[in-house]
Amino acid sequence: MEVTLDFSKVKAIVEDYTEKVDSLIDSYADKKEQIISLLQDIQAEFNYLPQDVLVKISQKLDIPLSQVFSVATFFRAFSLKPRGRHLVTVCLGTACHVKGGQRLVDKVSRDYGIKPGETTEDMRFTLETVNCLGCCALGPVVVVDGKYQSKVTSDKLNRVLKQYK
Amino acid sequence: MVEQVRKLLEKKVESPEGLESLRQSIVAKRDPQRTCISVCGGTACRASGAEAVVDAFLDEIERRELQVQVSLKETGCHGFCERGPLVVIEPKKIFYQQVKPEDVEEIIDETIVAGKIVERLLYTDPTTSETITYEPDVPFYKKQTRNIFGANGTIDPTNIEDYIASGGYSALTKVLTGMKPQQIVDEVKKSGLRGRGGGGFPTGRKWQSCLEAKGKVKYVICNADEGDPGAYQDRSLLEGNPHSILEGMIIGARAIGSHQGYIYVRNEYPLAVRHARIAIEQAMDYGLLGKNILGSGFDFNITINKGGGAFVCGESSALMASLEGKVGEPKAKYVHMAEKGLWEHPSLLNNVKTWANVPLIINKGADWYAKIGTAGSKGTMIFSLVGNIVNTGLVEVPMGITLRQMIFDIGGGIPDGKKFKAVQTGGPSGGCIPEKFLDTPVDFDELTKLGSMMGSGGMIVMDEDTCMVDVARYFIEFLKGESCGKCTPCREGINRMSEILSNITQGKGKPEDLDTLEDLSEVLSAGALCALGQTAANPVLSTIRYFKDEYLAHITDKKCPAGVCRELIRLSIDPEKCEGCLRCLRECPTGAVTGEKKQAHTINQDMCIHCGACYDVCKFNAVIKR
Repeated sequence: MEVTLDFSKVKAIVEDYTEKVDSLIDSYADKKEQIISLLQDIQAEFNYLPQDVLVKISQKLDIPLSQVFSVATFFRAFSLKPRGRHLVTVCLGTACHVKGGQRLVDKVSRDYGIKPGETTEDMRFTLETVNCLGCCALGPVVVVDGKYQSKVTSDKLNRVLKQYK
Repeated sequence: MVEQVRKLLEKKVESPEGLESLRQSIVAKRDPQRTCISVCGGTACRASGAEAVVDAFLDEIERRELQVQVSLKETGCHGFCERGPLVVIEPKKIFYQQVKPEDVEEIIDETIVAGKIVERLLYTDPTTSETITYEPDVPFYKKQTRNIFGANGTIDPTNIEDYIASGGYSALTKVLTGMKPQQIVDEVKKSGLRGRGGGGFPTGRKWQSCLEAKGKVKYVICNADEGDPGAYQDRSLLEGNPHSILEGMIIGARAIGSHQGYIYVRNEYPLAVRHARIAIEQAMDYGLLGKNILGSGFDFNITINKGGGAFVCGESSALMASLEGKVGEPKAKYVHMAEKGLWEHPSLLNNVKTWANVPLIINKGADWYAKIGTAGSKGTMIFSLVGNIVNTGLVEVPMGITLRQMIFDIGGGIPDGKKFKAVQTGGPSGGCIPEKFLDTPVDFDELTKLGSMMGSGGMIVMDEDTCMVDVARYFIEFLKGESCGKCTPCREGINRMSEILSNITQGKGKPEDLDTLEDLSEVLSAGALCALGQTAANPVLSTIRYFKDEYLAHITDKKCPAGVCRELIRLSIDPEKCEGCLRCLRECPTGAVTGEKKQAHTINQDMCIHCGACYDVCKFNAVIKR
């Protein structure tokens, strides 16, 4: 089954959240400089940064949209595209790299047809990489929806990902 | 608990004497002989299941109604992450490792109730096969000097009383009651402390210029944007002992006359953020932060800012730009940040570990501190010992210990009988050090001499299966993604290096590539705007310097001796070892593996894409990489 993104739906979700978004943005009214924190809060809410929210931030806090956009695109923690139901993050810190982290990225890419930063068509998984999670003793580390998986092997990754539908 | 104390006191601590009597009353209430189960709650132990162990202990203690005799504590990272989840039973410090929830009942039965040891949970020294019962006797800990990191294992980071009971904030009272700003700075100068974040700049000199800088508004900043891959000691300190960092910052603020501080911490460290936040709230409640600290008339606040995951924000001017809500691009530093930093005001920025050293220096004195370490590098340093090493974890050692002592005596050497190849220090700005320099004492200057650097203390050990060209490519690739793109040498130079290194690892390298890499390195170190670009070539230069033969094998022979670079390896199956389990056949994405059940499989070389999937899944080591 082919699933395409329905942006009208996305918009409806954002509208549902209007009040929450408004109060979130308003809570930063006197600390405009903490825009990174605000964007993090927004992303925690929607899983990504919806475009109309960025416009809203710019208007409400009186920050040029160009600056909001530059911050949102500069830091790798932010995504301007909707992400899948499950976020698979493979750590590529040095310790995980020497223990085979890249091979795990290759495996997910192969098995699900997505490169880092991409989402499967059925919106099941988004694949991301991270520079280091500081769990170097447990490498290679893969985080799925915030849950840390340690000493991941090819087989373990199969088992883990199967649990996320 | 905190609520109760607040009610008891009804108000903040209003004087240094008040803090002293609070400390005495906390200590008096505590029985040092009382049994306390302390479970390591660092991120690594949590990832290994520590939270379930804590829950199991709570249930079991409640079920047996042992609340009066036993207390339970979730501490910060103990450092021996390899063996987590760790449980230490105080006061004897019985050390149980790799504890699972199903072990809890037995621990309560045997150790807590019957006073016996559960042998099977003890640590066995792999070199001597000796079983070790008590935490301080474990070789991994025994050879360390845990001045900064020691308290991590004994205090509950979410309870300020634990920190106060262990003598916390006494350096602050010392400063508030009897030291003038210049005296504080002099003490830090005299200690010889150098910045623990990377560059190793003398901390006292930075403080002095910030003290002398003109301006009513000054800022104090803690750099917890620990970006070096393979380093996690800042996170562990902030998680495990946040008050030591706050105390350092308050002392720094008092010294330079600042009233506002910031902690810039990675968003990838949620537990560190939470513990720092709790610590700030508690310090406010106790009158150790906020207005009129301990009745001294001195005001100071700390705000937490979460980073957005950009490595370059560990650079001071980029970090400050990010604090201002801008893109984290560095500035040319014609004027030091100490004179013109955040919002153009004098700003004192130090790394987490640097701040944590400050209370120690004030308490024990600069003379005591300066006795530890080498001539140019004083004190201890916390390293993260990771990669292909037996005892992975965080170690604190005096400056000047040799690499060999660190890797083999504390780290236990290389696992699976493999051979040591190199140790990478200093993160993406550092370099790879080969075996012949293992007896080098580790300090700021010695590591720089070897073409590497101290950096934030990451120490990644690499065994014979690591390809050094691939390591250089990895770091350059990392920096390519993290270069902010503002200055041309870094943006274009790193890109070009990445192309060349990728070519070499794909067998498309040319003999003149090594010269081009060296030329580009020169351009970067001379022309890049900030340290990210200036030091970016270190991983490349150091690997060319010490592992040139590996580069030549890739370039001339089109071979990867370590069997890492995909395009240069050939995968085959050893018919003697292959059991014919079909596992690799199912995993192969191109159908290159063929064979019948219980018969040796073969790989069709024309179809093989060298992905190594078969190698990864084979349980019989039958897949050969060459």
